[in-house]
Amino acid sequence: MLIGAIVISMMLGVCPITWADNHDLSTTAAVSGPKDKTGAFKELVSQLSVKSLSKKKTTVKAMVKLENDRVRPLLEALLKARLFYGKAAPHPVYIVEVVDQGYQLTDAVSGQLLGIVAKKSIKKVRINNRLRQLIRGALAQRDLRAADVSVRLQAVKTMSKHITPAVVALFREVSKHEADEDVQRLMLAVVANADLTATDGAVRLAAIKVLAKTMHVEYVSTLKGLLVVDAQGAYLESDRKVIKAAKQAIKAIESRISWYENIQTLFFGLSLGSVLVLAAIGLAITFGVMGVINMAHGELIMLGAYTTYVVQLLMPEQLELSLFVAIPAAFMVSGLSGILIERGVIRHLTGRPLETLLATFGISLVLQQLVRSVFSPLNRSVSTPQWMSGSIDFNPVLSLTLNRLYILAFTLLVFFVLLMILKRTRLGLEVRAVSQNRAMAKAMGVKTERVDALTFGLGSGVAGLAGVALSQLTNVGPNLGQSYIVDSFMVVVFGGAGNLLGTLISGFSLGVATKFIEPYAGAVLAKILVLVFIIIFIQKRPRGLFPQKGRAAEG
Amino acid sequence: MGVSKLLQGDTGGQWVLGVLVVLAVVVPICNLWIPETSFFHVSTYTVTLLGKYLAFALLALAVDLVWGYCGILTLGHCAFFALGGYAMGMYLMRQIGDRGVYGNPLLPDFMVFLNWSELPWYWHGFDQFWFAMIMVMLVPGLLAFVFGWLAFRSRVTGVYLSIITQAMTYALYLAFFRNEMGFGGNNGLTDFKEILGFSLQSDLTRIVLFMLSIAALISGYLACRYIVSSKLGRVIVALRDAENRTRFIGYRVELFKLWVFVFSAILAGIAGALYVPQVGIINPGEFAPLNSIELVIWVAVGGRFTLYGAILGAVLVNFGKTFFTAALPEVWLFALGGLFILVTLFLPYGIVGLLRRKKALSS
Repeated sequence: MLIGAIVISMMLGVCPITWADNHDLSTTAAVSGPKDKTGAFKELVSQLSVKSLSKKKTTVKAMVKLENDRVRPLLEALLKARLFYGKAAPHPVYIVEVVDQGYQLTDAVSGQLLGIVAKKSIKKVRINNRLRQLIRGALAQRDLRAADVSVRLQAVKTMSKHITPAVVALFREVSKHEADEDVQRLMLAVVANADLTATDGAVRLAAIKVLAKTMHVEYVSTLKGLLVVDAQGAYLESDRKVIKAAKQAIKAIESRISWYENIQTLFFGLSLGSVLVLAAIGLAITFGVMGVINMAHGELIMLGAYTTYVVQLLMPEQLELSLFVAIPAAFMVSGLSGILIERGVIRHLTGRPLETLLATFGISLVLQQLVRSVFSPLNRSVSTPQWMSGSIDFNPVLSLTLNRLYILAFTLLVFFVLLMILKRTRLGLEVRAVSQNRAMAKAMGVKTERVDALTFGLGSGVAGLAGVALSQLTNVGPNLGQSYIVDSFMVVVFGGAGNLLGTLISGFSLGVATKFIEPYAGAVLAKILVLVFIIIFIQKRPRGLFPQKGRAAEG
Repeated sequence: MGVSKLLQGDTGGQWVLGVLVVLAVVVPICNLWIPETSFFHVSTYTVTLLGKYLAFALLALAVDLVWGYCGILTLGHCAFFALGGYAMGMYLMRQIGDRGVYGNPLLPDFMVFLNWSELPWYWHGFDQFWFAMIMVMLVPGLLAFVFGWLAFRSRVTGVYLSIITQAMTYALYLAFFRNEMGFGGNNGLTDFKEILGFSLQSDLTRIVLFMLSIAALISGYLACRYIVSSKLGRVIVALRDAENRTRFIGYRVELFKLWVFVFSAILAGIAGALYVPQVGIINPGEFAPLNSIELVIWVAVGGRFTLYGAILGAVLVNFGKTFFTAALPEVWLFALGGLFILVTLFLPYGIVGLLRRKKALSS
């Protein structure tokens, strides 16, 4: 063990950080282990105030060996140029936070807050680039021994970005004791990649086998390095088996990458689709079921997004929970606005769809300007709660971002709730009755005016929900709604008006289609192609993918 | 049919055309011969502004023909306007020649900037004025023909048609933003120097363009008037009110619609071609779906189903826009939005409808 460590430390050469030599590598003990070395740490910290860079270097090297959990914050502060020392004689070292009134000091050794001082009373601990590099490497190595798997994984990933012989040697050693399979595999792949140039054919062969199970594009290029031919077309590689294995490995890696890339694209497509569905499903109710063209639908989405923004402003302490308040709030705000629009304008235009279109467009302009006057024309950003940010990484190619995943689930939830409302409740029954035959429904005692208002409110409320979801994906601005209105209409028209399931399917298929065309044609052209497709599709099937049948189709 | 016969019983039309003729006489005199210090002097800026309104009025006329008379609510008519404008812009671009920033005799500046080595095929011929003028009418007409032929034949009507016309202009909007299209991308076509050898900056050229706009508007009005008072006009009004009945009587409804749609698109294209040299720029923003909807409101405000109402609406709303966006920018969208709501709720036939009702009440 000891010999191994020494060998490594010799190999590390350029970046000579040695292991705490009496420390067993197999115990991935927490860095916050024994604190018996506080004395030594204090001693080292005090040496940081010297001017000489080479002395600082020795100090840092000694410091990284220590098992003190103050080492990391100190070195990080040093990296960010936030480590200062007092000008007076014992030169105490501080970690500094810039605040409004001056510099907020933290004692580097104990971690105690020491209060705020003026800028002039302290001096910065200066370092150079070489020292910075050294510290970064040292911190990464500390992380390789951390108890937390995610910290180790991150360290491996960071170090893999700049592979040097030293890193390879380190990985080769550490990987033997790594308990977590994923971390180990990553390290082994780096090692194998380096082994491709080994003189021993068997080693190369073994390395290829390891690499064949990975999914990195850069390994494909190193593997291709084995297949280089000279001017006569003969392989430079002498071992036939290696060539064959390399070819197979390249094929395996590439097919695996493209498979997962397709899954990734599918996910992006579904994610885009879920946004489209959310934006369009309210429209599917107001336009599809009621037959009202509501051009202000986009602005109702925008109102929902601004509601989310306002709720976050109102409860800055409970950022994590604010979304759960924002969802009902946005539903109410947009829903009530919708009812107001219905009562105030649309009711007077029953049976005149083109006039409805124009009047609601006027409403959309007024709402846009209203928001612009109240919140300023600038975009506002809504912060994403902790539990929604981040992503699930399955492998280097496939990673699903959490916020998109949640929005996908939210879309499905909204869809099923709406479906249940329309199919299973009294209101749903009345809505369907009114949309099929207004006069007859009225004759049967359905209060059509009330049903109209509630239906419109429901559709508008769902637009508000879409706004909550969109606020998690893009900035919230006065033009937010406008950018979705054309798309939303396309989704409803493509799916077939009056059919919620049609809207769902059409939204998802348009989303997926767009994302699959994008790599070939670019984002804008993909959108144009989809639009042209819909225009042509409407010619063939003027009533959409799933047209209404029977009595509902009349009129 | 003589002009006097065409305008028989069309009091509003007589008034509007009368005002146009008066403008055509008075404005050049006030601009060119009355000294700048005089109260009656009309600045070149105003002339250009009026010319712009006239181009818009022609566009509104085109929309009124399809919407007011034929019942097709198009939300994409600005696409035809912009295409006509681009055709004109391409001619003006070629006229710049080697006077551009990069001094390339063949390629417009933006192509040199994009490192293009030769002119794309669709730019050939645009150095000839006659060719460009044919394209001003042909390109919008052709697009309207293909689009209308597909849409009307498969009986896409009502709001569905409105929405796909919107999709059409939206698709073009996105497409013209792309640099690869070869139409100057985001910046569009601008920095024009001269037209047919006359400098675009000179007052005289401006006045001629203004007179041409009036001439185009008057001929456009008379042409539309001719159409709507002919037998064809009766058929299109009939199919607006009862499409199926008209079909059952034996008319091929889709052909009538197609004809009117294409004619209207050509008018819009000409309006675009008049607009561009006066304003000095054409960019993809003209394709924005919002513009086409705003255009419909001009017609609605003026009063659809009366051709002069469209002209009135276009000039009034645009005058309001010029006034409000300069004086009270934040009020403009409120005013426009309010206009949409009020007009559709209370003035289904626009200002003209209001005037008529007053007349009917007083008599």
